[in-house]
Amino acid sequence: MEGTTVLGRLIWQPADVTGAVAETPRAKTIAFEVPGWAGHRAGQHVDVRLTAEDGYQAERSYSIASAPDGTRVELTVVRIADGEVSPYLTDGLQRGDQIELRGPVGGYFVWEPPLGGPLLLVAGGSGAAPLMAMIRLRAAAGSDVDTRLLLSSRGWDDIIYREELERLNGNGLTVVHTLTVSQPPGWAGYARRVDAEMLAEVGPGPAERPRVYICGPTPFVEAAAQALVHLGHQPEAIKTERFGPTGS
Amino acid sequence: MPPIISRGFRGRRDDAPPGRVPPGQYVTRDFPVLSAGPTPHTQLERWSFTISGEVDEPRRWTWEEFRALPAEEVTTDIHCVTKWSKLDTVWQGVRVDTLLEGIDTSAEYTVAFSDGGYTTNVPLEDLTGGKAWVAFRYGGEPLEPQHGGPARMLVPHLYFWKSAKWVRGLRLTVADEPGFWETNGYHNYGDPWREQRYWGD
Repeated sequence: MEGTTVLGRLIWQPADVTGAVAETPRAKTIAFEVPGWAGHRAGQHVDVRLTAEDGYQAERSYSIASAPDGTRVELTVVRIADGEVSPYLTDGLQRGDQIELRGPVGGYFVWEPPLGGPLLLVAGGSGAAPLMAMIRLRAAAGSDVDTRLLLSSRGWDDIIYREELERLNGNGLTVVHTLTVSQPPGWAGYARRVDAEMLAEVGPGPAERPRVYICGPTPFVEAAAQALVHLGHQPEAIKTERFGPTGS
Repeated sequence: MPPIISRGFRGRRDDAPPGRVPPGQYVTRDFPVLSAGPTPHTQLERWSFTISGEVDEPRRWTWEEFRALPAEEVTTDIHCVTKWSKLDTVWQGVRVDTLLEGIDTSAEYTVAFSDGGYTTNVPLEDLTGGKAWVAFRYGGEPLEPQHGGPARMLVPHLYFWKSAKWVRGLRLTVADEPGFWETNGYHNYGDPWREQRYWGD
């Protein structure tokens, strides 16, 4: 497996940490500079590899949150308390550190401006990451395609990309939040889990044939996808990306 | 190039027996879910399993007929390309050998096809000789829809995307025809022990 580079083979590449931003108390976006990065499509993911001093290695996959932008790659990582890799990424990495990346991976859960819309993006928590890559690409490309983002978070402080989404809202992008656990005083928005009624209100409806992208924990994705099928959306138009255990 | 050492990284070091976990994998006790679209819910009276393609006559079983075939319990490790491995999973299923009994074919490849439109290609020889099953129970219970029920392929020596969920049949083919993930960046064969995750691996 080592040695000559075969065309098309995804090789492990060094990635320099250039910065980190706390998105929520548990989630951090880490920016990498990856010399020789061949670019990615919005919605794709990368594999991350950590190597201990004795050679032990651990690999995990993370969605790319940044729009294609030269050799820059941003990952949003949620710290899982008993996780093997995420606490090291969120707490252990410093500017100037290097880790290894391999990618980009996946040619299915992607959106690019020529695909058009309308778009319905449904995210649970950090499932917003690959959808954010699409939203950022849409903005960077000057696209005004009708795009609805329904983002489910536990509380106001758990909303990732909140300020940037506020800035991008408008020009065809509608951002709708639902806060499932706690709401700030005076909150007039949704305060429950995503359901069919909410999805129908957020739209676009089945008649407009939106491209649907759903990303989040498995029970979230199951529920949202099932509700959309129930509303009459074509299953083939619904693309899903899931993470985490099923709890069963 | 030697790997970059992550200063201070120790890792969790699963207590898995040596030789059980392929490179780049970690052991999970959960049963994560990976699929590209909504979970299909097919009623058993509408379910059938078909073997078609390079055969004289396609073969078809209703659910009742399929469940009347001899089945066996299989305890095996499974390995998902998204990095998790799950050890000693217990399934019940019908051997693919049983379904292919008496079928004469010049095919060397298969395409498993599923409700929801999913397909995946596997060489025929990887499905025969007691290496693959059509499984309908997991952990002593009927297979849940989100894990591929009512029935899914079980091809445990390959990455788990080759074990098509919601499977409805096998098409036997002369030429190799890459399936859904195989045309979307994932390896055509998918041997976890050679870490064949992506194109070119």
